[in-house]
Amino acid sequence: MELSKLPISRKLLSLGPIILLYISVLNEFDFNYLSLKYFSFNFPYILIFYWSLKGEGRLSYVLVFFAGLINDVVVGLPIGISSMTYLSICVFAVYLRNITLRPSLIKDWFFFLFTILVTTSVFYSILVIFFYVKIDYYNLLFNVLYTFLFYYFFSYIFGYYLNLLRRTK
Amino acid sequence: METNRDDFIIAIRSAFLKKGTKQRFSLVVLLFFSVSILVLGKFDFKGVNVLKSGLNEIVYRASFIISAPENFIKNTYNLTISHINLYNDHKKLKKDYKDLKAEKLRNNFIISENIMLKSKIEDIVDISSEILAKVLVDKQSPFLKSVIVNRGSKDKIKLGMAVLDGKFLIGKIVEVNYLTSRVLLLSDLNSKVPITVEPNSIQSILTGTGEQFGKLQYTQIENFNLENGHQIYTSGSGGIFKSGIPIGEINIIDDSKESYVSFHSNFSQLRLVKIVLYENIN
Repeated sequence: MELSKLPISRKLLSLGPIILLYISVLNEFDFNYLSLKYFSFNFPYILIFYWSLKGEGRLSYVLVFFAGLINDVVVGLPIGISSMTYLSICVFAVYLRNITLRPSLIKDWFFFLFTILVTTSVFYSILVIFFYVKIDYYNLLFNVLYTFLFYYFFSYIFGYYLNLLRRTK
Repeated sequence: METNRDDFIIAIRSAFLKKGTKQRFSLVVLLFFSVSILVLGKFDFKGVNVLKSGLNEIVYRASFIISAPENFIKNTYNLTISHINLYNDHKKLKKDYKDLKAEKLRNNFIISENIMLKSKIEDIVDISSEILAKVLVDKQSPFLKSVIVNRGSKDKIKLGMAVLDGKFLIGKIVEVNYLTSRVLLLSDLNSKVPITVEPNSIQSILTGTGEQFGKLQYTQIENFNLENGHQIYTSGSGGIFKSGIPIGEINIIDDSKESYVSFHSNFSQLRLVKIVLYENIN
């Protein structure tokens, strides 16, 4: 029997995206220690959008909600704001899934840009207007840009993973 | 046209309201929860504060464990860089050591003279408590610069206490939990500290920039003769920190006469920090 077809391996594989999401919000891997000016990207945005769009319901919204709460605690943001942002990304992704007849990576990619621009603008506005938290606008803008660029790269990796999941069904 | 609008409404309604085969809640319910928590948090609702404090204790520990592999990579990277720069650093340190040795002798005299003069004006501030803390989580996000340390209200940590890396000020306590606390670093955009620029005793406010350096406020209009290399110390105004804690030095003065400060301490390399409370002896 193939290792990936064992029940435990199948379960672990199907939990992969959510485990990765929790590791990324707890760990915030964004290569900040390289001290590259303006270089950072938001991996949870990429993961949530991709798996809400293509994951066939594998990404539980409740777990996304809790991941947002954890992210707020780790980064020190007002509690609830990341959950709101993550779930908004899910809404956009599900909307795209509903209206798409013929999927195309390029269309998804640009819709992802639109999604993160809208959600990040709301995120920024709430923090600045209601919570008086100062955020460097350029940092945020470059974060959106790099997140957008990295989506293309990660969508291939996630694509392979998704195929593996489908094969082990 | 009418059909397109109907499709749009159906897709939106479906995205918000439909639960999906493997989902327990629809997105609109969870979005409502998030917004409720956010709004209640804004008005300091007790339940949200309890939830936050409970999450803090669990998440900080979990984050410390989960971050171990990344911290290992980070430390290895820093170690490699420091090995590459070893020879140049050694040469520079040798020169600095000679200068500092001479400086130390001069400073000892000034310190004793200063203590004597301060006792005349009854302004002796002393450290009333000093606690060593380990940095648990060092998530310097691009937006907010803070670290989590393993001391909390259990160890008598209070809001506003100064946090030092060796002799240098790095930030202050902004959130206290039972076992952990959050330190807002001087580099954060929301950090503001009253400072003195020496040698001319110019009073100013040091604000964070979100980068590895700070910026002096209210010094660009007047002709203050600020130069690169001028030292930045806490001024003691506001009574939060005692005066004279070294912070950094002026590094760049740009065309608009804005002065930027490089910190003595490297905020990405914090391992152990000191949390101190200063109180007037009198």
